[in-house]
Amino acid sequence: MLATAQTFTLDGISARPVRVEVDVHRGLPAFSVVGLPDAAVREARERVRAALVNCGFEFPLRRIVANLAPASLRKAGPGLDLAISVALLTASGQLELERGSIAMVGELALDGSVRPVPGVLAIAEAARERDCEAIVVPAENGAEAALVKGLEVICLESLAQVAELAAGEWMPPRPRPMSLDRRAGEALPDLADLRGQRHLRYALEVAAAGGHSMLMVGPPGAGKSLAASRLPSILPPLAMEEALEVARIASVCGRLGGEGVSGRPFRSPHHSISPAGLVGGGNPPGPGEATRAHCGVLFLDELCEFRRDTLEALRAPLENGWVAVARAGTWRQLPCRFMLVAASNPCPCGRGESDPECSCAPLAVQRYQARLSGALADRIDVLAAIRQPSAEEIGGPAGESSAAVRERVIAARERQESRLGTGRSNAEMTAAEVRECALEEKAATLLAESYARRRLSGRAHDRVLRLARTVADLAGSETIGHEQIAQALQLRRRDSE
Amino acid sequence: MSAPNACLDCLRRARLLAHLAPYIEKIASAAPGSRSPELLRLSNEDLAAAAAPQIAAQVLGEVGAAPERRLRADLLAARCWACCWHDPAFPPGLYDAADAPWALIGRGDPGLLGRLEPQETVTIVGARRASAYGREMARELARELAAAGLLVISGLAFGVDACAHRGALDADTTVAVLGCGADIAYPASHRSLWRRICERGLVLSELPPGTGAWRWTFPARNRIMAALAGMTVVVEAAQRSGSLITADLAADLGRDLGAVPGPVNSRASAGTNDLLAGGACLIRDGQDVLDAMLGPGVRRAERVGADLDARLREVLAVLERGAETSDAISAALDLDGAEAASALATLEALGYVSCSLVGVYSRTLLSAPAI
Repeated sequence: MLATAQTFTLDGISARPVRVEVDVHRGLPAFSVVGLPDAAVREARERVRAALVNCGFEFPLRRIVANLAPASLRKAGPGLDLAISVALLTASGQLELERGSIAMVGELALDGSVRPVPGVLAIAEAARERDCEAIVVPAENGAEAALVKGLEVICLESLAQVAELAAGEWMPPRPRPMSLDRRAGEALPDLADLRGQRHLRYALEVAAAGGHSMLMVGPPGAGKSLAASRLPSILPPLAMEEALEVARIASVCGRLGGEGVSGRPFRSPHHSISPAGLVGGGNPPGPGEATRAHCGVLFLDELCEFRRDTLEALRAPLENGWVAVARAGTWRQLPCRFMLVAASNPCPCGRGESDPECSCAPLAVQRYQARLSGALADRIDVLAAIRQPSAEEIGGPAGESSAAVRERVIAARERQESRLGTGRSNAEMTAAEVRECALEEKAATLLAESYARRRLSGRAHDRVLRLARTVADLAGSETIGHEQIAQALQLRRRDSE
Repeated sequence: MSAPNACLDCLRRARLLAHLAPYIEKIASAAPGSRSPELLRLSNEDLAAAAAPQIAAQVLGEVGAAPERRLRADLLAARCWACCWHDPAFPPGLYDAADAPWALIGRGDPGLLGRLEPQETVTIVGARRASAYGREMARELARELAAAGLLVISGLAFGVDACAHRGALDADTTVAVLGCGADIAYPASHRSLWRRICERGLVLSELPPGTGAWRWTFPARNRIMAALAGMTVVVEAAQRSGSLITADLAADLGRDLGAVPGPVNSRASAGTNDLLAGGACLIRDGQDVLDAMLGPGVRRAERVGADLDARLREVLAVLERGAETSDAISAALDLDGAEAASALATLEALGYVSCSLVGVYSRTLLSAPAI
């Protein structure tokens, strides 16, 4: 007898429909799974067999073929277990699910309990798009699936409940949608922890206000990592759309806990990361750190220690806001609009050349710093030079809190959105939009003078204008004044000659 | 001024040097530590016989038969021109050297040849592995001297040389003397600097276009740099540094010799401190160079910058006391980040301070006007 069940498999950060067809007929007892299953799917046979028996069902000793359609799509992960076993039960006449358009996803334990799987949010969204009425998910994933409106969510704790469900003996509880805390989250570490460091605070505020990428240079222990980790707390809250996207990516990566999304993501990959790890890769292509940092902050500590090809791989994604990962036969576009924050020591020993203790050879320092002006650095707008805070500053009063800074950042972003359109920031201004920025006369003179003295390249000229626009937005000014150009000139990343 | 010119003999001499370069290399490397090769003062025949006795006749024959049209076409193709010592435009300083090149191949503005009078020209050399101090001093010194009307010569090498060129280009123009053909950017990573000098200054070499660099060509170009300038200033040099060769050559020619002092415990400055101990002029800024070359007080270096208000003076004073990052400045003066940023940017635009790649500020030699 033949039976089918609807399920989904993850592909990048979205889900693709898979129809499970199970045929049970006479022959030598065998159980085969066809249709490009990966190792985890193939092993589903053993889990399904044990789960069925341990839940009191009968495992038919006949020839069983499970086909996963479409046959050309590679199926990955253990999420197909539930659908295979339900189709098998139906095909062997042990179960009769009346409802037609019901999707199911979940991994089975040997005792028949249903284990959570990654990517349920994306799967539930795909199910709604395919006009499924309901989706059966593992109980732990219920809150996540409930985020999708217009889809009934059935939470399953054990395979045995399927029979009760089919018989109408059991009314599954309705899960509450998880909270999407779109506010920056009071739980995040607060900027008040950063004591002293006024310049760094100021640079952080400007970078956050305009979405500018930023490079911090300073000795170890001066507070670079601390400052970077506080950045999400001063960024404006996520829009509903963004929050869903963040949740979807977290879910695919298996990082979406029961408590939901709290604020913008902060990712800090180690410098030994590979290009595929950073921008995404594998076959089928999965998201990398850049995608995980979508709508949040990607922090590259020890920028000079990263492999050159890894950093090069980040260039196009930074420009486009998405990354295209191509593997043999497949091509995926993954979103990655993040704020790049990088940190570096000023020289290999970390003390800085002006420190008498610095033992680095001048050539080694030059070679080290040359990496700071590589291709990726071209995309970095703000430079913050950091020094060790003094004893008084460390022991001094706490700095301004994140909430206060965030208010100013939000106001500046609102001004940008009213000028550029929803969701856009100054850092993303095109060359034409940069030219449209209104400059006061004195400001134009200062910029022209700096440019003429060859202290600025053409690209740096536009970078200064973008930064100055952000500084003006923070100050609540419609036009860019002398003061704002001066501040932008000081904040900008320097080019080497 | 008419275009510079070179006679056929001198062009052939340059071509001969290029032909013999590998053989001269062998002799020069057999006697390490030597200064510019003694061979260069020999006549064509003696040079060929000394450098490559076996093939001397053949090389001389080949070079002697090189058609003039070809030699000149090669120059044109490399966008170069030549000036030989028979030409009135030939830099007069070179006549003082017994082993002066017969011809200079140039790329860039030939009009600058007229400015290559020794009393108006200064050569700045120093370590390739220069410290931040050495690079900053080279740049500042060159900027000041160029602004005061002197022509700054250097060798396009890493470190001090490149910074001297950049500083001079900031204010005016500069001359680079290369140890390879003038159409070759060496070292290659200085290509953009080389291009800027070709556009706005002058690149010189005694070798024909297309000739690569050899070890012996660097001390050889040092003798040209030393002879061209009225004064040679060594910015930073360790003991046994190549820049000391240039200093020796300059002293032998009776040119002025100056050195920028460095910390006495720094090995990178041991060579320059030795020069000072041996009687070289102490160079602290451009004014010291001008005083040594032209006589005390004859010409003032352009050293006073634009007027500063009280706030900017305060910031400048803090910088002079040793604060280096904008953070340190805002802490010292209790300014907020934005105020410190705009003060520093203004000072940088006015030329009082410069900022490194990693955001460390340093004071330039420009002094503020008296209140």
